[in-house]
Formats: sequence, structure tokens, C-alpha cells
Amino acid sequence: MSASAHSSGAGSQPGPQAGAAARVGRLEPAALAGVMSRDVAIFGRYWRATTFSSIVQPTIYLLAFGLGFGALYHRVGHLTYVQYVATGVVATAVLFSSAFPGMFNTFIRWQFQRTYDAMLAAPVDVEELITAEILWISLRAGVYGMAPLVVGIFFGLEPNPGMLLVPLIGFVTGFGFAGFGVTVAAVAKTIDNFNYITSAVLTPLFLVAGTFFPISTLPAGLRAIAEINPLYHCVQLVRDASLGHLGPYDLGHAAVLIAFALLMWRLAISQLGRRLID
Amino acid sequence: MDAVSDSEEAERGFEGRLTPRAGAAISLRGVHKRFGEITAVDGLDLEVPSGVCFGLLGPNGAGKSTTMRMLTAQALADTGEISVLGYELPRESKQSRLEMGVVPQLDNLDVELTCRQILTVFARLYRVPRPQRTAAVDRALAIANLSHRADTIVRELSGGMRRRLLVARGLIHRPRLVLLDEPTVGLDPQVRQELWTLIDGLRAGGVTVLMSTHYIEEAERLADTVAVMSAGRIIAQGTPAELVREHAGEEVVEVYGPPDTLARVAALAADSGWSSRRSGPAVAIMRAETLDGGAPQGVRRPANLEDAFVALTGEEIE
Repeated sequence: MSASAHSSGAGSQPGPQAGAAARVGRLEPAALAGVMSRDVAIFGRYWRATTFSSIVQPTIYLLAFGLGFGALYHRVGHLTYVQYVATGVVATAVLFSSAFPGMFNTFIRWQFQRTYDAMLAAPVDVEELITAEILWISLRAGVYGMAPLVVGIFFGLEPNPGMLLVPLIGFVTGFGFAGFGVTVAAVAKTIDNFNYITSAVLTPLFLVAGTFFPISTLPAGLRAIAEINPLYHCVQLVRDASLGHLGPYDLGHAAVLIAFALLMWRLAISQLGRRLID
Repeated sequence: MDAVSDSEEAERGFEGRLTPRAGAAISLRGVHKRFGEITAVDGLDLEVPSGVCFGLLGPNGAGKSTTMRMLTAQALADTGEISVLGYELPRESKQSRLEMGVVPQLDNLDVELTCRQILTVFARLYRVPRPQRTAAVDRALAIANLSHRADTIVRELSGGMRRRLLVARGLIHRPRLVLLDEPTVGLDPQVRQELWTLIDGLRAGGVTVLMSTHYIEEAERLADTVAVMSAGRIIAQGTPAELVREHAGEEVVEVYGPPDTLARVAALAADSGWSSRRSGPAVAIMRAETLDGGAPQGVRRPANLEDAFVALTGEEIE
């Protein structure tokens, strides 16, 4: 132990290097960047697996639904089935890469690894911690949300400049679902309880969003429910942007996604905050 | 502090508690904290002067960890006032956290990261300016004697190394106050010695240290001042030597024997009004020097902090 390293370094007047002069405020970029730098370091260990699954999953969807269903139904409305599914599966990719990390990473870091306890002892508050975590997840979801389009292009989807908007749409949608995941983690008593959410909430959200079949074929009641599904709005917006069909309706879709993201962000902070601070 | 009479307070130097002394690193006044039915902290008054190593000694469940968490605003007091480094909690807690370091009782290191990665993340969280970050990380690694393991993943470190890394993480920004919550709990004696050296080095460097512990020896060796905590409040405070003199006297006589002998000695002590306790296979009678030869035959030894602690809290430790 070289305790002297400290005493000689600090001399007789110890003091923070960064401290006294710095004043800390609310939602500071430095705190957000600090929390996210940890996510980046962890990501450095896992990016291969994440990238692999983000490419393989849409490929399987396109093969299964494209070759399977596509053999029966060549078109949905005026779209080919590849156009329909490749754009729809973007929302699926965003949902899975935001809601699941929101739930599992939060629960594990909070309850099992106590990472959040360690960070909250540093000059980081609950709002910054949760915002940074959600921000990181949604940035990642935005990037990986492009994977189905890239795969789709190999299946014959035509590249379109509007596709450049997709990471942004994925980011906003991912922000909402990451916040949803954090909120679920905050109220779940055990990690097993996530099964309720996965089967009863996420699976229907993902199926009834106009991903694989249009919701216009659903009975009126179910259709009304599908229309409040944020994922439906993500699917519509991604499809319109990627195929160059953006219109005034899309402003409405964007507004729903932004409202969902803001609501879930605040809900995540209030719910997890209540449990992080005794 | 209702349990402590005014005269005792004066003796123990509590008179300053209503007006925080200039330069007090930590001050708690009338702090209560309940968790449902359980009262964890029950009217706590505590003042830690700058530049000392202050030991918070108490049995498990005395409220030490809750007190520590309140000092970082990770637990909020129900009533009472808390200030840390002159900042009022919880309102200015983020500012105070910027200037202090925390070493938690439970290992909360990221097991998937290397020592250097963890220290770099915390250097950012503690706002160490970018040009100084590498040097700060190297310095913290050197303090913890982990320079040769800088790029080892935490999962592969021994328990002692992980604990040293926890300490290094709390010192990355050269804090002027360090909170250590049970710093050596569960460590083998050699690692414990290493950490003691490190903590002593901090104090020598002018850093204020508040350390909670339930190891008597740890408090006795390191702390300039010890506050004994029991049932959520401070029941005595002073230097280790003062506490021993005041609550256990100069000498203790330990009487060994079969259980019925011990029972007889304990009964005799109770009848005679001597302060005594069971100490493993013996009965220990405090203040043997005042018994004027009236004490039973036994082994005489100097009183220690453990005697004082048991006399104060009625609880055995370890």
C-alpha cells in the first residue's frame, strides 16, 4: 500500500482538483457524459453480440414472413411485402433494443450490481442518472433500428433519402420505450415479474402495430387500441419516410412519439427516483 | 441526546453542538430517520471537525449505514439538519458530493470493466478536467497499489484488490472528506492492515475521514475521536483512551472457571454493584483498581475499548 502517494500528492492542503471552483447544477452535460461513458465502456465488450443479433433478427423475419407470407400475399395495399415487412420490422428492432435494456439493465445495475448506488454517491443526481441511461439506450436503438432497412436492401428494398430520418425516429421511439422499461424495472418486485410485461404488454404491442399485417383489417375496437400503440406510429412514420411518402399525417405520428417519450422519461425518473433514494 | 445528562455532555465536549463550529466537516442536528415501523436514526447529533479521523462505532443495526447514506443524500432525514463541508443537505448535496469521496460497505464495482475504466468513469463523474484525468487515474491506481493490475477486469481481482479499488475510486478527485462505511468488513487480517495504512495516510495528508465500523480494534487504532452509536443515537464520544477511562476504568479482572463459578461471580458482581460482563469463557469485572482487593482472584489486564463499548451498549461485538 502506498498511502504516501496520496499524502505527498495532496500535501498539507488537500482539496479537490475539480471541486471548489466548479458549481454543479441540474441536468449537467458533464454528469450525463460521465454516466454514458460507463455505458460506452461496457458496450465495448458487447457490441459484437448486439450487432450480430440486430442483423440476424430482421433477416429471419424477412425470410420467414417474406418468403412464407410473401408467397401467399405479394402486396399489402400498394407496397410489396418486402417493403412492408422490412420497414415495419424497424419498429420491432427499436422496441426490443430499448424496452429490454430499459428493464433488465436497470434492474441488474440497480439491484444486483448496485452501480446506481455508487454513481449517486458521486455528484450525479437521479434525474441525470436515469436521463443518461435512457439517452444511451435510445441512441443505440436509433442506430440499430437501421439494421432491418440494410437487410431489406439486400432483399430488394430500394434505398431512399428519407431513410436517413429513420435513426431519428428510432431514437425518439426508443427514448419512450427505454423510459417504459425503466419504469417497469422500478415497480417490479423481482426480475421474474418482467414476464408479465413481456407477454401481456410488449408482445401485443409488437404484433398489433402494422408490422406484419395492416391494422385496417382488425375489428374497430382492436383497431382503436392499435392506434394508441406508440409502436404503430413509429411503423407508419418509418414506412412513410423510407418509401418517400411523407405527408401531413406524419406530423401527427411524430407528435404522438414525442409525447410518449416525454411522458415515459418523467415517469421513469419519478418511479425509479422514489426507490433509489430512501 | 435525551439519554445523556447535561453534565455528561459538558464533559464530552458536546457543548458546541447547537452552533456548528467553524470548520466542522460534518454536522448533524436532531436527525431522525424511520423506515416504516423501524426507527433507524433517532435524534442523532454529531459533529465531525475538519482534519480528524472520526470513528463511528456501533453494533450492527445501530444506524451507522443509514447515517452514512444520509450524508450523501441517498437517504433523506425525516427531521433534523445536516450539513457537509458547509453545504446544507439535501439542497446542496450535489455540491458536497463533488468535494467528498465515498467508500461503500458493499462492493458495487462494475465487474465487467477494468480498474482503469472504472476509475476513468468516476474521474469524469467527479468532474476531473480532461487533461488531468489520466494522471488522476494513475495516481489512484498507485494509492491502491493496483498499478500493475490497471487493465485487469474487476471480476478477476481478489477480494482485497477489489476493496482497494473501491477506496481508489473514492479518492480519484482528491476529496477533502472521505466517508468509509465499514471499510474492512469481511477482509482477512493482512488486507485489513493494508487498508489501515492507507486510511492513516489519508489523515496524515489532511483529509477528514469519517469511518463507520463495528470492529473495536479498527476504531482504537485509527480514530482520533470515537462516537459510540446505539439504537440510532450517539451515547458517548471521546478519544479511545477517554472512553476507556470513563466507562471501563483502568483495569479489568477476568475470572475464569466452570459455568457455575462464572454464574456465582456474575451474581456477586451484580450484588456488589460492580460493572461486569461475560467475556467468552470468563466474567470480566470493570474498574478492578477501585475494588480495593475486594475483587475475586483472576487475571488482571488493562481496560480496553471493547470493555467500554460493552459497558455502554450492553452488547457484545464480534
